[in-house]
Formats: sequence, structure tokens, C-alpha cells
Amino acid sequence: MNLTLHVWRQAGPELSGKMVVYKANDISPDMSFLEMLDVVNERLTDNGEVPIAFDHDCREGICGMCGLMINGVAHGPMNGTATCQLHMRSFKDGDTIYIEPWRARAFPVIKDLTVDRSALDRIIQAGGFISAPTGGAQDANAILVPKESVDNAMDAAACIGCGACVAACPNASASLFTAAKVSHLGLLPQGQPERYRRALAMVEQMDLEKFGSCTLHGECQEACPKEISIDTITRMNHDYIRARLIGTRP
Amino acid sequence: MSIQLDSRIPSGPLAQKWDRHRFEMKLVNPANKRKNTIIVVGSGLAGGAAAATMSELGYNVKCFCFQDSPRRAHSIAAQGGINAAKNYQNDGDSVYRLFYDTIKGGDFRSREANVYRLAELSVNIIDQCVAQGVPFAREYGGLLANRSFGGAQVSRTFYARGQTGQQLLLGAYQALERQIARGGVKMFPRTEMLDLVVIDGKARGIVTRNLVTGAVESHAGEAVVLATGGYGNVFYLSTNAQGSNATAIWRAYKRGAAFANPCFTQIHPTCIPVSGEYQSKLTLMSESLRNDGRVWVPKKAGDKRDPRQIPENERDYFLERKYPSFGNLAPRDIASRAAKEVCDEGRGVGETGLGVYLDFADAIKRLGRDAIKERYGNLFEMYERITNENPYEAPMRIYPAVHYTMGGLWVDYNLMSTIDGLHVTGEANFSDHGANRLGASALMQGLADGYFIIPNTIGDYLGSHKLQKVDASHDAFRSVENEVSERTKRFLSIRGTRTVASFHRELGKIMWDYCGMTRNEAGLKLALEKISALRTAFWHGLNVTGSDVELNQALEKAGRVADFLELGELMCIDALHRSESCGGHFREESQTADGEALRDDENFAYVAAWEFAGEGHSPTLNKEPLAFENVKLTQRSYE
Ligand SMILES: Cc1cc2nc3c(=O)[nH]c(=O)nc-3n(C[C@H](O)[C@H](O)[C@H](O)COP(=O)(O)OP(=O)(O)OC[C@H]3O[C@@H](n4cnc5c(N)ncnc54)[C@H](O)[C@@H]3O)c2cc1C
Ligand code: SF4
Ligand code: FES
Repeated sequence: MNLTLHVWRQAGPELSGKMVVYKANDISPDMSFLEMLDVVNERLTDNGEVPIAFDHDCREGICGMCGLMINGVAHGPMNGTATCQLHMRSFKDGDTIYIEPWRARAFPVIKDLTVDRSALDRIIQAGGFISAPTGGAQDANAILVPKESVDNAMDAAACIGCGACVAACPNASASLFTAAKVSHLGLLPQGQPERYRRALAMVEQMDLEKFGSCTLHGECQEACPKEISIDTITRMNHDYIRARLIGTRP
Repeated sequence: MSIQLDSRIPSGPLAQKWDRHRFEMKLVNPANKRKNTIIVVGSGLAGGAAAATMSELGYNVKCFCFQDSPRRAHSIAAQGGINAAKNYQNDGDSVYRLFYDTIKGGDFRSREANVYRLAELSVNIIDQCVAQGVPFAREYGGLLANRSFGGAQVSRTFYARGQTGQQLLLGAYQALERQIARGGVKMFPRTEMLDLVVIDGKARGIVTRNLVTGAVESHAGEAVVLATGGYGNVFYLSTNAQGSNATAIWRAYKRGAAFANPCFTQIHPTCIPVSGEYQSKLTLMSESLRNDGRVWVPKKAGDKRDPRQIPENERDYFLERKYPSFGNLAPRDIASRAAKEVCDEGRGVGETGLGVYLDFADAIKRLGRDAIKERYGNLFEMYERITNENPYEAPMRIYPAVHYTMGGLWVDYNLMSTIDGLHVTGEANFSDHGANRLGASALMQGLADGYFIIPNTIGDYLGSHKLQKVDASHDAFRSVENEVSERTKRFLSIRGTRTVASFHRELGKIMWDYCGMTRNEAGLKLALEKISALRTAFWHGLNVTGSDVELNQALEKAGRVADFLELGELMCIDALHRSESCGGHFREESQTADGEALRDDENFAYVAAWEFAGEGHSPTLNKEPLAFENVKLTQRSYE
């Protein structure tokens, strides 16, 4: 297939960027989206130009490193699919495709399609863990955990930290990401002692990082490659409010 | 031989070695721990767990990864599960059985003492992970669930859907972030280690490149831990991530660390087959699928019918036929070779003929579609996304692909390399899997190394060596920094006509053709010539655009491929010298009457530890003999 790409090019963090048009001819429908970009980059290099920078690593939808706005949709047109798992068969010969980085105040552009998502790590630092130093654990079967709790926890724990929820949100809120972690840990008995402190600290960090606030648009859930449910946000809000009510300190 | 290979295996009975050693090791008092900086390169299971735990103990830790966050290390991609000798199923499992299965699975080319310790620690790992909130699968009664993996007849694999590696890594990552917040760990993401600094024979630091700004920087410490993962990407196509590389361990090798068994590579039997030239990676379909999927090809060569139209009596369930007692759960090396064999006979399926079926029709009939969906839903979806075929309706097509490297830097029982102070953990070392790794045992090793072994043995190293004070202003750092900068600039100055990827692809093809699933003397010799020619072409014809003071992914890749071009050669040299077959290393010249790997224990029951002898010189072979005091060496049989 032959395609026309409009790609965001920005040489560095402080520089201004613009959309640049590239022809991508002879693309196989069995290629992944990133393999298509590889081909474009090989051709750019052969012409002495600088290839397009984009983040990626595992290319199997699990590391969360990839992430592109494709025709204005985070991770592109296929539901429940990260950019690296999107295949060109989702497009038609002759299509024009707009490719941009995640756009959010908390995610500054590093170069071209690459952004800085370290704010998400700092939200985890604030409380996205269970304090269980190595060595002191009791037998793994000592606490029974209902299958349903663990299944629900796993649904939330599937988050890959890609940041698509932020990019898709009109307010650039990181609520779905944060709520996924609050829910994962809060649904397990091991996560109870720190449950309210965790919710409070993570939500406060989210605000400090200049993410917007959540007005329950639901765009995040649509964009999420792991189909994390917006119900997790209700759970997080509940834990957060309770933390405030009972006077928990972060 | 110039290197002394002292494996430092503690004396005493197998089951007491680790306990005894823990008692005998030197301790560092809490107030002094803070004064010691430990450099951990890698944030996967092996590195992340180590960095977090050593910080908990009070050490000052610096941790590095090339991704934008430590949570993205390739451990995240492990699907199937992690072994532990919990015997929760009461099916006859024990520490000794896990030890025995692992030693046998590795075709008797690993150290008894290390493997026993691994089996022993496996139970602590599960406890630790559950305490951290890892959502392992559970039964309705609330107890932990298990599944079976290849090479074992008990059910001892713990799992979190098809995302076990992700959940284990998030556990370690969260512990790590907690320590970062506390100030015990300083994290350096998007930073690549490009060289090791050795002062007075001791590893005292690393030189890195900031991948965003291009800045070349030095980091000094009292000890260095490399946890940089495997080097399967030397084959270009593999199940590894795009960035997975050998640079850290290769640079260490060139500074004096011995490289053990480089040719021991695992080819995983169940991956999605290659579909075209442009392909950038191969996707694994977890071994757990072989719990319920049946592997087959048509009996007739060239049978192009729709698989569903081929009647039962015209199918060859070749694993069940050849290995009746393990059936579809035969170990990986054996299952891969069996698949290659039927494809070589012209019975392979799919457009390329390089594929075999993995069929769930019987399991769906027996258990229902929902049960299969519950077990493997996300894998089935992944398969469909990539191939556009629905595995609930038609059998999957699979083919072997490079997956794991058992070889790596040589380490002693304390996980220390032949350079004092340089420790190596996880897939980057060679320690526990011999010539073939059993499924669900790499996660176990990474976490055993990271949570339980290195935090102890590092104390012994620090407690028993008087280290002079060294910081990054030491001249040795300046000179390594200069070497690193010059090398980086050299890639940009060649201005040839070929991209890095084109060289990498060509190297991968050489490795796959001559140093892949089967190997022979003539092929390996030819490969050595081809690699040497390709390396010359690389240094004359490489084209990297852009500069070295910005994010430049092609430049990063150039450094990695340059190292692969050297490592590939060492792998072929090792494969050529080991004229026996063992595990994943199958020399066509050495097979049993029915085509299985034929070991030569008399001549090859050793670890081959290669030592760098200078540019342009052949590496020196050092041998660590393997002594088996507890198990009897047998011809491995899964029939
Ligand atoms: C698709 C797949 C599925 C698997 N499934 C299973 C399974 O079900 N069960 C099982 O037991 N095993 C499985 N394995 C194997 C297992 O996942 C790996 O062997 C293991 O996770 C490796 O962990 P590690 O910590 O050693 O390395 P990694 O997780 O690869 O981490 C390497 C780290 O080193 C860093 N790094 C590398 N080079 C540099 C450098 N030069 N400078 C700075 N940082 C660097 C990286 O950034 C990363 O943080 C699977 C492997 C793959 C590829
Ligand atoms: S919640 Fe979904 S979209 Fe947001 S970071 Fe996690 S996986 Fe990505
Ligand atoms: S590259 Fe890892 S999720 Fe896409």
C-alpha cells in the first residue's frame, strides 16, 4: 500500500516543531505500525536525513514504551491495542495518516514523537507500593485471597504505564493510571494497611505534576490499550475522600 | 590460561551449602553500608530487585536503565510463569526435585551448588512477591493456583494470567520506586552504560551516555552489578525487546571478565512464524499453551489442505509420538528441533512451510471455550492481532525462535565475575541453566539473584576487601570517557551507505543459519569468515545521520550492533570448539541413533570461560570442570 504521513518533527525539547509530510510507499498490510515507521526511517537515513525518533521497546504491547497519536487517537484506531501491536491492515491504500506525540503539560516533548513521562514514575514513588522489605514475608498461602478480588486486582494491575489515558483526556489527567494502581493494591488484603495513605499521596502527587483534574469524560478508558475500567477512578476517589475524612497523612 | 576460575563453592552437603555460606560470609555494619555506593546496571527482575533490596539494607545505590522508566525492562514481557518448589499441589514436588529437573533440563552443564540454591530460594520468592501484592492466579478457595511447564511432571508454576513477568517486575519496580523516594536509590533512566572502569584490578565504576543529551558521564562506586539481560538480539530476530543488547557485558569482557558458554542459546518452540523481510521481532506464544494445545503437522509432505479438513489419521502429533511420557510438554530444545525436523521433511505448514500447528480444538471440546479463554485469552488475542487469524477457530501456526541466552559472564558462587567487585546477575550471567533452560526458571533466577543472593554476597565482598577511596575524578575515568566519546564519534564519521539495521539483519541471518538450532563444523567456519567480512564492511560502510549531542536512536543501535558483531564471532568460536551436543547446542556430528543430542562427558563436562586476549587475537579458553556429586549423569530422555 502507499500512504501519506504527516509526522510531528521537533529537534529538541526547547525547539519549536512542525508537521512534515512523508510518502510511505510499498507498505505491506502485515507490517506493524512501528515496522512501517522503521521502513520510513531506513529510507530517510539512506537519503542522508535524520530519522524520526519514537519510543518503543518490547513491540508486543506490554512494556508501555510506545505511544503515538494516530489521526488524533491515542494508540490509533484499534481498541485495546498499543501502537506496536497495531498493524497496517487497519489502514487502506492511499490513506493519509497524522502522527503526533502524546500532548500534555506533564509530558514535555524530548524529540519528535518522544516525550518525558517520568511524572508517572513519581506518582508511583509517592505511594504506589506495598511496604514489604525483602525477607520478612510469611508463607504465600497464609492469607487466603478470594479469586474474585485477585481477578479484579489483576484487571487493574494490567496497566502498562503508557500514558495514553493522559494523552486522550481533554484535561490531560492521569487519573486512570493512578486509579489503576490504587485499585490493584487496594483490592488485596496485603494492600490494606497503607490503602488510604496511598490514595491520598498518589492523588496529591498527580496534582503536583501538573496533570489536569478528572471530569469523568471517559476518553481515557476508550484509549487504554489494556482496557482499564473507569470504575477504578470511582474507587480511587472513594479512598481519597475517606483518607481526607479520617485525617490520613501522606 | 591466565584467569583463575575459582567457583568458591562452599564445602559441606549440598542442602547445607547456602546456609553455611550465609553464616560464614562477612557482614558490613549498618553505619558503614551507607558509605558504600553500589552501581546496579539494569532494572529488570535481577537489577530492580537487587537495587531495591540493597537500598533497604542501607547501601547507597545507583541504578541505570536505557528505557525511560525502570518498569519497562524486558522482564516485563515474560508471560507464562515462575517455578517454585512449594509442593502446594501435593504432587510429589520438593526442592530436590526442582533441583534435579533443572540440572537435567540443562543437560548436565551447570553447577550443582548454584542450582540447588536456586531451587531452595524459589519458595521465598513466591512469599516475597505475594507480600508485595503480586496478583498470582488463585483457586476459588483463595489458595494459589499452579500450572505445568515443560520438562517437569509436577505442577509448580505460579502465574498471573499471561503476564507473570509484568506483575513480578511491577512488584520489584514498586519496591524500587519506594527506595528512590526514600533517597536510597538514585535512578538513571535513558542512560546507557558504555564501559566499565577497572582500577587496581577492581571494578570501580562505569561510564555512561545520557541518551537524551548525549553527555558522557562517570559513576564511581565500591562495587558494580551488571543485570543487563540476555543477548539473543545478536540473531536480529528474537523474542527480546528492540533495545536488548550485550554492550554492558561485552565491554566488561573486554576489560577482563570471562564470558562463559557464549554459544548456549535457547530457541523457543512456540513463536509466531516470520511473515516478511521487514519483520523487526518475533513474538512468543507462552509455553503454557502446551498444557492444552497439541502440536502436529500433516503426515504427508506438501499437504496444503485447510488444517480442519485434515482427518485425524492423516495428522502426525510428533511430540506425543516421539516423547510419550512428556508429550507436548517436552523441553524447549527438544521440541524446537523436532519442529525443525518435520519442516525440513517438507511437512511444515503456512505459506513459508516454516511452521507447525498448535491446536486447541480438543481442549475446547473437553473444557469449553470459556475455560480456554480464561487461561489463555490474552495470548489468543495477541495472536489474532498479529496474524489476523482466530485461534479458537483454526489451529495456531508456530515456529521456533531465539528466546534466551544461557551463556553470559562467568560468575562464582557469589555471583562475582573474574574481575573483583564486578558482579553479574540474571540472564546476563551464565550460572544456573547449563545448556538449556527449563520454562519458568529465568524469572526464578532473576529474583533469587536480586532479592536473596547478591544483597548477601555483596556484603561479603565489601567486608573482606580493603578498598581505597576512589571517585569519578580519578584519571582512569577520564581515559575511559575519552575512549567512549571517540568510539561514538567514529560511528558518525564513517558516512557510508548502509543503515545499522541492514548490518544487524545480515549478522542475524548468518547466526541463525550457522549457529542456530543445529550447528556443524563447516558451517561454523564459514560463519566466522562471513562475520569477519561483515565487521569490516560495517566499519567502512555504516551510515548514521544526526549528531551525538541529542537523542539519536540509530547511534545507540550502532554501538550495540558493533558489539554484536564481535560477540557473534565468539559464539561461533565456542560452538565450534564444543564438538559435543548438549541441550540447545546441537552439533550435527554428535547425535544418538534416533537423532537426539549426544553429550561427550569425558571431554566436555566443563564450563568454557573465554578470556579476551586483545584486538586481533583469538580469545583464550579457560575451563571450569563440573563436578557432579549428587546426580548421576545420564543420557537425557523424555520418552
Ligand atoms: C517474551 C519472553 C517471555 C518470557 N517468559 C518467561 C517465563 O514465562 N518464565 C520465565 O521464567 N522466563 C521467561 N522469560 C525469560 C525472562 O523473562 C528473562 O530471562 C528475565 O526476565 C531477564 O531478566 P533480567 O533482569 O536479567 O534482564 P532484563 O529484564 O532484560 O533487564 C535488563 C535491564 O538492563 C538494562 N540495560 C541493558 N543494557 C544496558 C546498558 N548498556 N546500560 C544501561 N542499562 C542497560 C535494561 O534497561 C533493563 O533495565 C521470557 C523472556 C521473553 C523475552
Ligand atoms: S491506564 Fe491504560 S492508558 Fe493509562 S497508562 Fe495504564 S495502560 Fe496506559
Ligand atoms: S513497544 Fe512495548 S508496549 Fe509497545
